[in-house]
Amino acid sequence: MATVLEVSVRVGRRSEAVLLLFACAIALGARAFVDANAGGGIGAQFGMYAAAVVALAIAAHTVVRLRAPAADPVLLPAAFALSGLGLALIRRIDLAYAERGRETDFATAQELWALVGIVGAMLVIALIRDHRLLRRYTYTAGVLGLVGLMLPLVPGVGREVNGARIWISLFGRSLQPGEFAKIAFVVFFAGYLVTNRDTLALAGPKVLGIRLPRPRDLGPLLIVWAAALLVQVAQRDLGASLLFFGLFVAMLYVATQRLSWVLVGLALFAVGAVAAGTLFSHVASRYESWLHALDFSVYNSGSSYQLVQGLFGMASGGLFGTGLGSGSPGLVPYAESDFIMASLGEELGLTGFMAVLALYLVVVQRALRTAIGVRDGFGKLIAVGLGFSMALQLFVVVGGVTRVIPLTGLTTPFLAYGGSSMIANWIAIALLIRISDLARASATEPGPGDGPRLVIDPTLPVPDAADATDSEADGDAADGDAPASDQARSEAAR
Amino acid sequence: MNEPIRRLSVVVLALFLALMASSSWVQFVKADELGEDPRNVRTLYQQFGSFRGPIIVDGQVIVSSVPVDDPFNYQRTYANGPLYAHLTGYYSIGPGRSGLEATENALLDGSADALFWTRLGELFAGTEQQGASVELTIDPAVQQAAWDALGDRRGAVVAIDPRTGEILAMVSKPSFDPTVLAVHSSSESNRLYQSLLEDQTDPLINRAIGGDTYPPGSTFKLIVAAAALEAGYSPDTLIDAPLELDLPLTTATITNYGGTRCGPEDQVTLLEALRVSCNTAFAKLAMDLGWPAIESMAAGFGWGSELSVPLKVTPSRLPSNPNEPQVAQSGIGQFDVRATPLQMAMIAAAIGNGGVLMQPYLVDTVRDPDLREIEKTSPQKLSTPMSSETAAALTVMMQAVVNSGSGTSAQIDGVSVAGKTGTAETGLDTSPHTWFVSFAPAANPVVAVAVVVENGGDSGNEATGGKVAAPIAKAVIEAAIASSAGGG
Repeated sequence: MATVLEVSVRVGRRSEAVLLLFACAIALGARAFVDANAGGGIGAQFGMYAAAVVALAIAAHTVVRLRAPAADPVLLPAAFALSGLGLALIRRIDLAYAERGRETDFATAQELWALVGIVGAMLVIALIRDHRLLRRYTYTAGVLGLVGLMLPLVPGVGREVNGARIWISLFGRSLQPGEFAKIAFVVFFAGYLVTNRDTLALAGPKVLGIRLPRPRDLGPLLIVWAAALLVQVAQRDLGASLLFFGLFVAMLYVATQRLSWVLVGLALFAVGAVAAGTLFSHVASRYESWLHALDFSVYNSGSSYQLVQGLFGMASGGLFGTGLGSGSPGLVPYAESDFIMASLGEELGLTGFMAVLALYLVVVQRALRTAIGVRDGFGKLIAVGLGFSMALQLFVVVGGVTRVIPLTGLTTPFLAYGGSSMIANWIAIALLIRISDLARASATEPGPGDGPRLVIDPTLPVPDAADATDSEADGDAADGDAPASDQARSEAAR
Repeated sequence: MNEPIRRLSVVVLALFLALMASSSWVQFVKADELGEDPRNVRTLYQQFGSFRGPIIVDGQVIVSSVPVDDPFNYQRTYANGPLYAHLTGYYSIGPGRSGLEATENALLDGSADALFWTRLGELFAGTEQQGASVELTIDPAVQQAAWDALGDRRGAVVAIDPRTGEILAMVSKPSFDPTVLAVHSSSESNRLYQSLLEDQTDPLINRAIGGDTYPPGSTFKLIVAAAALEAGYSPDTLIDAPLELDLPLTTATITNYGGTRCGPEDQVTLLEALRVSCNTAFAKLAMDLGWPAIESMAAGFGWGSELSVPLKVTPSRLPSNPNEPQVAQSGIGQFDVRATPLQMAMIAAAIGNGGVLMQPYLVDTVRDPDLREIEKTSPQKLSTPMSSETAAALTVMMQAVVNSGSGTSAQIDGVSVAGKTGTAETGLDTSPHTWFVSFAPAANPVVAVAVVVENGGDSGNEATGGKVAAPIAKAVIEAAIASSAGGG
């Protein structure tokens, strides 16, 4: 009998602690600069804020240590850094608005939402022990998502803001259920796809050389997706439609590996975009103000004012920015929400902008890495969905601000002012932490693809061949599921 | 599923690369172009939002940046705006900058190389960028005297210290108020600027150093006389002074003022010719000397050269290759001869300074925000257009002009004034420009003054240099001498 020595795997909690330290430094440093430049100096208010930030960081880190000890060490600190930076920026923008005579207090509200978001994330990590539990609620999630999307359309509950009907008011506060619906839809798509991907991919007729799925397989999926799109179009929330479309195509591709469908999807999207531009006047004007933003006629009509001012702001930031407190972000409408990235570009420069983009890229990359590392298809799809949706959302927002694509109404995760967005994104991070915990923990165990692992104790006599076969680790679980070798993970859901 | 996830990550990378490219495009490649877009107020806020250094005259601040409560943070204010308007220039959102606000801009806004160490200190201290303060050579008493004496008439006055080249006064009328143009609204400032541009009296032009320039008239005879003296003539040399001078190649003639003769005979001394400002004598003298001699004498005084004081001075003009009759007319400061008042003041200064022309300058000292001197202009010789003997002879001749000649209204009790009048014809329908070019005290002058009054001032066709311009010069000289005596 061979002796198995424990190989300790670096699970990363210490790295996470160090990174959290950096994240707090970024968040507090930025806030200190803003306070210093505000003229009031760094006072008691900053002290309380610093204490709160550090306490939250410690609390979140403790929850992760206790409940998800093998989780990816980068996710929590990155989200923390982005939220903290966003809070400091929003406080700066409050001050910029005040200079121009407009009293706002977005910072306090956002601080509250960040607190709720982080606490919510801690709850998700603590209460949801295994992401595979969510698979039972696949259809529920789908329904909830649709309901959430449609709520703003209900008269009396919903409110129209700036031409888009995506808000509801709850206890006096505005909420964007669409943000939460996005997570619900990711769960729904993941659950449905992992169950039906084989039938979707293989069981349909071949038309024009492309294998199409059977209607009964694609049906529910298509209905939910089409409904979501229609609702969003009715709400004039074009950014969300783009996001959902992209999300769906990506998850479908990952699940079925059919590149041809991606191409069909892209073609459909192109058709849809052109059609929307032709049929809907408000879409057409979006295209117009995108293509001819700097034209005097377009600018003077007001339709490209926000975009052009955002461009001016970023340009004046140059490479190193004007410095926190020295720019004029207040000149850009909605500098605290839609155009928070422009404010960031103005005050922190191209270097700051790229640094933040890199931070987002790191988060997305860790999510995709988690997707690759986790063993079950459901977890993979959720991780891909959450990660890709963040990447696509960022592309749509920043692309709009830098004129790669027309402007939409999407928010920048963690940075932009908006409670629903902040909470929903923190919940997404929590789910990713949960999934990554499983992914990285099972990396220390032999999986179905891995061969048997032998650890040899050099002090013992060399065993003979018969002994060696007994101690092969069993890796016989079916494709897509984690092995049931650990007591804490006794269910192997299928 | 790992393979498609890996491919998806490539797509994600491509998306982010696109974003990095687009942000680089906006913040780096197109940054300057976007910054110069007229709709971009940020560059204005950056330019206009910092503390700009003051401009100081004799210890008094005449231009300052006063803190205000608007996005621009500071309001540029001009004490006694119109008096110094053409020196300070304006600093305006719409029309931009002019005058010293433009030429000294780098010092005033703190971005000049000379202020590098100051900026470094500000970077570490975390304070905002401040500009340096610019102190001028102007003497406020002399400036005010020139302003008051010119009154409602259009023209210019320039006063220089012949020993150093310091510009003691520079007045141009009509003037404008730069404070009005410093309003914090681009549309308003553009509107005001436009109305100033459209004003027929051209208030924006600094007539002392620019604009259309004026024919110097008889004051140009100083150049011809100097050329003659350098060529060997003396103040006692007899020269032809007919009643009427026939111009060769033409049927035109040159006559003297009022059609009178310069002396009882057809010949007078050089001194006499200058004293009464004899046209026929100097026209003939010019032809006798030859244009090259006159041209080179004028060039010795900087005529036709570019000059910055640091304001840019329009070069005075001479005709190129004039024929005989044109030389004759040029000799009396008509035809295509054009001068700025500053140029004429420089001539007077050089004559008074023993033939040595000092470089005129406006900026005396520049101090950094901590009041440490970072630049001080030291007087520089510009050229030596004539020998000291010629200068002495000319001085005697110019004293005669004031003592008993055409410039008696410039006499001052107890002070010996040397001067030359000028009445420049401007055409059949308009009154002449009147000039007076002078320095005092004649032996060791502390000031050289050039005055020009446009189109007769309020004397119409009766205007002469002696009648209109000389009294103005007198007032300026009195102020300068009083100032200099008082230790100013």
